Amino acid sequence: MPEGIKDKVAIIGMGCTKFGERWDVGSEELIVEAFQEAIEDAGIEKKDINAAWFGSCMTVNNVGKSSLPLSMALKLPYIPVSRVENFCATGTEALRGAVYAVASGAYDICLALGVEKLKDTGYGGLPDLPSAMGTKSKFIMPNVTAPGSFAMMATAYFAKYGLSPEEGKRILAMVSSKSHSNGVKNPKAHLRKAASVEKIMKAPMIAYPLGLFDCCGVSDGAAAAIVCRADMAKNFGKPEPVKIKAMQMALSSGAELMHSSWDGSYVRTGTKCGAKAYEEAGIKNPREEISMMEVHDCFSITELVTYEDLQISERGKAGNDVRDGFFNIDGKIPCQPDGGLKCFGHPIGASGLRMMYEMYLQLQGRAGERQIKDPSIGLTHNMGGFPNQNLVSISIAGL
Amino acid sequence: MTGIVSYGAYIPRYRIDRKVIYKAMSWLNPATFMPGEKAVANYDEDSITMAVAAGMDCLKDIDPNIIDGTFFASTTFPYRERQNAQILSDAFNMGSDIRTADFADSLKSGTTAVLSALDTVKAGSARNIIVCASDLRIGKPGSIQEEFFGDGAASLLLGNDNIIAKVLGSHSVSYDFIDHWRADTDMYDRQWEDRFIRDVGYKQFIPEVISGALNKCNLQIKDMAKVIYPCLYAADFKGIAGKLGLEETQLIDPMINNVGFTGTSNSLMLLVAALEDAKPGDKILVASFGTGSDAIIFEVTDEIEKIKGSRRGIKKNLEAKRALDSYQKMIAFRGIIPVEKGIRGEEMPFTPFSELWRLRDQVHGLVGSKCTKCGTPQFPAQTVCVNPDCGAIGQMGKYRFSNKKGTLFMYTGDNLAFSPSPPEMYGMVDFEGGGRYQFNITDTDVDALSVGMPVEMSFRRKYVDTTFGVYGYFWKAVPVIE
Repeated sequence: MPEGIKDKVAIIGMGCTKFGERWDVGSEELIVEAFQEAIEDAGIEKKDINAAWFGSCMTVNNVGKSSLPLSMALKLPYIPVSRVENFCATGTEALRGAVYAVASGAYDICLALGVEKLKDTGYGGLPDLPSAMGTKSKFIMPNVTAPGSFAMMATAYFAKYGLSPEEGKRILAMVSSKSHSNGVKNPKAHLRKAASVEKIMKAPMIAYPLGLFDCCGVSDGAAAAIVCRADMAKNFGKPEPVKIKAMQMALSSGAELMHSSWDGSYVRTGTKCGAKAYEEAGIKNPREEISMMEVHDCFSITELVTYEDLQISERGKAGNDVRDGFFNIDGKIPCQPDGGLKCFGHPIGASGLRMMYEMYLQLQGRAGERQIKDPSIGLTHNMGGFPNQNLVSISIAGL
Repeated sequence: MTGIVSYGAYIPRYRIDRKVIYKAMSWLNPATFMPGEKAVANYDEDSITMAVAAGMDCLKDIDPNIIDGTFFASTTFPYRERQNAQILSDAFNMGSDIRTADFADSLKSGTTAVLSALDTVKAGSARNIIVCASDLRIGKPGSIQEEFFGDGAASLLLGNDNIIAKVLGSHSVSYDFIDHWRADTDMYDRQWEDRFIRDVGYKQFIPEVISGALNKCNLQIKDMAKVIYPCLYAADFKGIAGKLGLEETQLIDPMINNVGFTGTSNSLMLLVAALEDAKPGDKILVASFGTGSDAIIFEVTDEIEKIKGSRRGIKKNLEAKRALDSYQKMIAFRGIIPVEKGIRGEEMPFTPFSELWRLRDQVHGLVGSKCTKCGTPQFPAQTVCVNPDCGAIGQMGKYRFSNKKGTLFMYTGDNLAFSPSPPEMYGMVDFEGGGRYQFNITDTDVDALSVGMPVEMSFRRKYVDTTFGVYGYFWKAVPVIE
């Protein structure tokens, strides 16, 4: 059993741009905006950074390939930079690279930065997904979109637990409505309007049974983290730093897509990744021990099954917790306190880092109007791909 | 003994009431009114996909390895260069040691393909040959053809063993009779005057070819249980019957009122309809029309009883229908009116043909793999077994999914994805006997889908790339119709 990453690395600075339709700026400006906030927060200088990890996903309409866009936008002084990409978990992947590099002892201070410029496609939703799945998908993969692939999971979930479309959609609407209420209070969020359950249920259908408000915003944005060895954090004026407690990942083996051992009502990688992350962080009872979460609510159904995958709610019973307000900002485990992907927005390469940004602010008591009382453990859950073939990345941070 | 071993047919699910067409276009040409409805191919169907459907029906319980050739007849082949018949052969999972040919350019090419197949198997050059005839002819908006043409396909397996109808003889006449024509750059047929087609064409050639076939076989018209011949004109169809001395009972419904005139496949579809009701000993004459005419006489054998009811044929395909209530939808499906696709719909990744060559079994044949160690079928074909309890490496055999039924266990109707007929439906299918994959779903509505619903596979156009002139084919899930 490896000893894991727990308490080896601290986050000493983070930054996040306003997410949204940033027609006025490109990826370069977004990179600089997130970086400026992070480096000022860390109180270091650019020359103190030993290496960087750069996350960006959609090369078609973002910065292209390689790590040069980061080093050139920031004028980094000839240090190593790696570009990482892992679908919607790209941001977490960048953080993972930086955290592991510091933990190895190879570097003292590393930068993780993720950016995505999505609003240059000319249409709503993500760029053509089948082309992101390789040339073989042209021949054999259905013409899938992200909402459609997750909508399929909703039909399987409703069928398994005997929910009528009305009942199912009402639970999902409550999930989204909660995030809208949180987004209102976040000045950096893409969508800042409250949405009632009734309004959400009546919204136009995007992919049956998911309506417009079941889908997250597609946004431009960037987020950054600066990490160092935990024992060095005090040198940067952080006597009680936010430390990484666990960083885990799980990727599909192909069984969900090709073997009949998965029923489509949950995300298998999320389930496995959650268990591994809890073990690494030493969490025995997540429902009691976790203070707050930012989970990958690309769609309302994803958030609902994630409650169950992460052992917060019992299988099939997440709806009860939703109805009880368990995940509301004033509930037992506030979920998506910053509005989530739903309202903060979802610039793919930045999202994982954005989730950690909120946990980081909350743990330090810097979340302003949406501050949660005395949180000690925050979890981020970042998922890339489709329910039937995906990767889940979970980070746990705490004081 | 040489003759028909098996038969199959396909009629697309969509039927449009001709009143819908007339209502839309009669302002232009009030004389186009026709009664009844006609079959309309879905947006993802063409003559290839309909031929595959008819062929799959024909080959239902037949091992494709006993077939040595595929002959495909149509006047509306999707590809002018790239043999259409071979795409069918791949869909049927036939081997590569076969003879394939396209029979084109005349509406009699369906019967010509059958005659060629009969000659080939009789000569011993092949054990069995499958013939598919399929047409998706496009009538110009406001024309009589627009109401008259219907879409459909028929398939016959010809061979020397297990014959359900033996061939007694045939006769052909061939004339450069220009009733209609279409040049290489034309989308629509042009037609000469009806009176000429009727009086010089049908009324002359049909009796001539039928008499010729009967004379060659020393048979009389009264010996025929059924006589099948096409005729564009209902009154003249009867007139020809009278001239030949045919009784009402010897004729079969030409299906103009419920399917429409299906071109190359028309005579063979009617032959399938006749075989469905045939008794041992029945003699059936089938004639075609186009650049002259072919007539073939068959005698039904005792074997017919074994096949009866086991094929969808004409009857079950006629019953399985959905109303198409929009004229605009019909002409949009055919590309007659351009429709807004949005930027997402315009995006089209290039088709790598060298990759298709590697994947041809999987893409056109829906052939996956089956682990020889644990027995798990899997699609697409894997090298490492996907069963979490197995994981064997390189121990795979081929496994065909196209003829397996399945169950839908998750699905959606997607309004974001581009579809020529939104919403784009897709879902995941668990196959009987194991294996699963995700497929587009077609020929139904999202409201009719449910978790646990039985589906079967249908060969369809997956995409059309107009920039590079590519029709991409793959299998989709459709509701089980029986």
